Amino acid sequence: MEAFSTHTGIGVPLRRSNIDTDQIIPASYLKRVSRTGFEDGLFARWREDPSFVLNDTSYAGGSVLVAGPDFGTGSSREHAVWALMQYGFHVVIASRFGDIFRGNSGKQGLLCAQAAQDDVELIWKYLESTPGGTVTVDLEHRQVTAGDIVCTFQVDDYTAWRLLNGLDDISLTLQHADDITAYEARRPAYKPSIVAP
Amino acid sequence: MGSTLAEKLWRSHVVRQVEGEPDLLYIDLHLVHEVTSPQAFEGLKVAGRPVRRPDLTLATEDHNVPTTLGPVLDPVSRTQLEALKANCAEHGIVHHERGTLGQGIVHVIGPELGLTQPGMTIVCGDSHTSTHGAFGSLGMGIGTSEVEHVLATQTLPLAPFRTMAVTVEGTLQPGVSPKDIILAVINRIGTGGGQGYVLEYRGSAIRSLSMEGRMTICNMSIEAGARAGMVAPDETTFAYVQGRPYAPQGEQWDEAVAAWRELRTDDDAVFDAEVFIDADTLTPFVTWGTNPGQSVPLGGSVPDPEDFGDEGDKGAAQRALEYMDLQPGTPMREVAVDAVFLGSCTNGRIEDLRVAADLLRGRRIAEGLRMLVVPGSHAVRLQAEEEGLDRMFLDAGAEWRLAGCSMCLGMNPDSLSPQERCASTSNRNFEGRQGARSRTHLVSPAVAAATAVRGTLSSPADLAAAPVLEEVR
Repeated sequence: MEAFSTHTGIGVPLRRSNIDTDQIIPASYLKRVSRTGFEDGLFARWREDPSFVLNDTSYAGGSVLVAGPDFGTGSSREHAVWALMQYGFHVVIASRFGDIFRGNSGKQGLLCAQAAQDDVELIWKYLESTPGGTVTVDLEHRQVTAGDIVCTFQVDDYTAWRLLNGLDDISLTLQHADDITAYEARRPAYKPSIVAP
Repeated sequence: MGSTLAEKLWRSHVVRQVEGEPDLLYIDLHLVHEVTSPQAFEGLKVAGRPVRRPDLTLATEDHNVPTTLGPVLDPVSRTQLEALKANCAEHGIVHHERGTLGQGIVHVIGPELGLTQPGMTIVCGDSHTSTHGAFGSLGMGIGTSEVEHVLATQTLPLAPFRTMAVTVEGTLQPGVSPKDIILAVINRIGTGGGQGYVLEYRGSAIRSLSMEGRMTICNMSIEAGARAGMVAPDETTFAYVQGRPYAPQGEQWDEAVAAWRELRTDDDAVFDAEVFIDADTLTPFVTWGTNPGQSVPLGGSVPDPEDFGDEGDKGAAQRALEYMDLQPGTPMREVAVDAVFLGSCTNGRIEDLRVAADLLRGRRIAEGLRMLVVPGSHAVRLQAEEEGLDRMFLDAGAEWRLAGCSMCLGMNPDSLSPQERCASTSNRNFEGRQGARSRTHLVSPAVAAATAVRGTLSSPADLAAAPVLEEVR
């Protein structure tokens, strides 16, 4: 995973709430067996509408998505994170996120910046009145800057630490393999294990 | 101060606990399916890591599989199924393929094989893993990176959670089902109301439910945004588990039950939040919008977006009504559907099929309507056939299918056409969930069956006007 410190990019205002992962990437796009090539599926149904924000060339090359509350609810598909990142997004700003989506994002290096809804409204207004305007997201200081707007955002400390250092969870856990082995030794014997029929 | 069930379960699985870091939890059972696993296995291969505990990992095929006989025609789906098979063979993971006895939706086969037991941590790369909480276990949906993490380490680093008691007291009226309870809960707390919480369903109405009913409720915890949902195990739970292929036997059974009896929230434990639902006054619920929180009692009408106080909710309602092609004020009972889907990890178990079959017995589904009945597993299908339920569905004019996720999500051949409207026993009414531009109303199995007969959203009570045909087979 690449380390993340500060990102500046064109902000894309997406004024919708409850954007579930079925909207971020419909199920029919989930059939690949590799981790690449999911950008075509990003918001595939909504992109059929010419007025959808991602079809507006003034936001072309956008990398900071500013969305309504409850972004990333629903299905656990990590493909939603891959699709956003492969399309070019580095940050999603919203006032609430689905838990599984937020977890998946943290594993991949997509920053879910949780800002107050009032601040999201201000950023929306700025980006709508200044299409192509940039947003700077500073993870170390947990601060968003867009035009004259400066606001803070929340992210949990552990995810922030991992993102800032670009650390991979599995190698961190495997440093504690002895603890895992010790736990396994005290698991009750009645717990099921699966044997080939 | 005492502990909640969720806190007890959490503590008993902590492998490593350090201030400032998430707890590392041991995972007792990892269920794997074809859609969210290939990239995880690819990650292991790239890093040269083995699967730590293939004996705690079980795979099956459900999301992509056709529910009719014959080969998998879609080449991309076939590739995904072949990848799962090859990955399982390489790592020594037991895999229940299409057409074999153990195959079915992950959340149906775990309990049915007796693998889902009280006091376990269970994960799967599928958000509906919350289903397994019905047994007093901690069932959590995870993403593909976490699937890889569990394959490699049999653990997960997990951030702490808050606890919410969802207390349902009273007695359900005839025709009202567990699905209506959970739709009412989601309506009450909203699709984001459970974020960060583990929900514990309690109260007399929950205690009186079968395991199937409890599974339906826990299954949809994720639709309220919750990390998990659970019910404390009791005699109903033990009776369900006992004798199943992977249930403990002999002395181990006694030891297990003794431990399971401790799995309850202490009387003096305090929840971070509480919600009360009155079961006595509940009526069948149905969704009108494009998220599972946008619902009303079946006797109600399509709401007017202007009546929503919150601007965000108003905008969402307007958008949803436009997508669903519904007018404010229309009685829900007047909404006509093109299709009915009975199945999914929410309502594809034997009890769900029995309820629907009983209502369809001697009746015909409405002219021009299509009804798909899809058992949640191969074992459910065989059980239903033994009970003659398949004949009741077929005689009523419904289709009797093979096990799989089917029309719950548009990624296998079972999907709706654009603008088609469906009464569905599944869990999500998102835009396009059942096929591009399709329209979904979430309902219980009883409402699904009644709707199939009348052609408009209906409750079992409405069938008084649709008498049973004289000739009953």
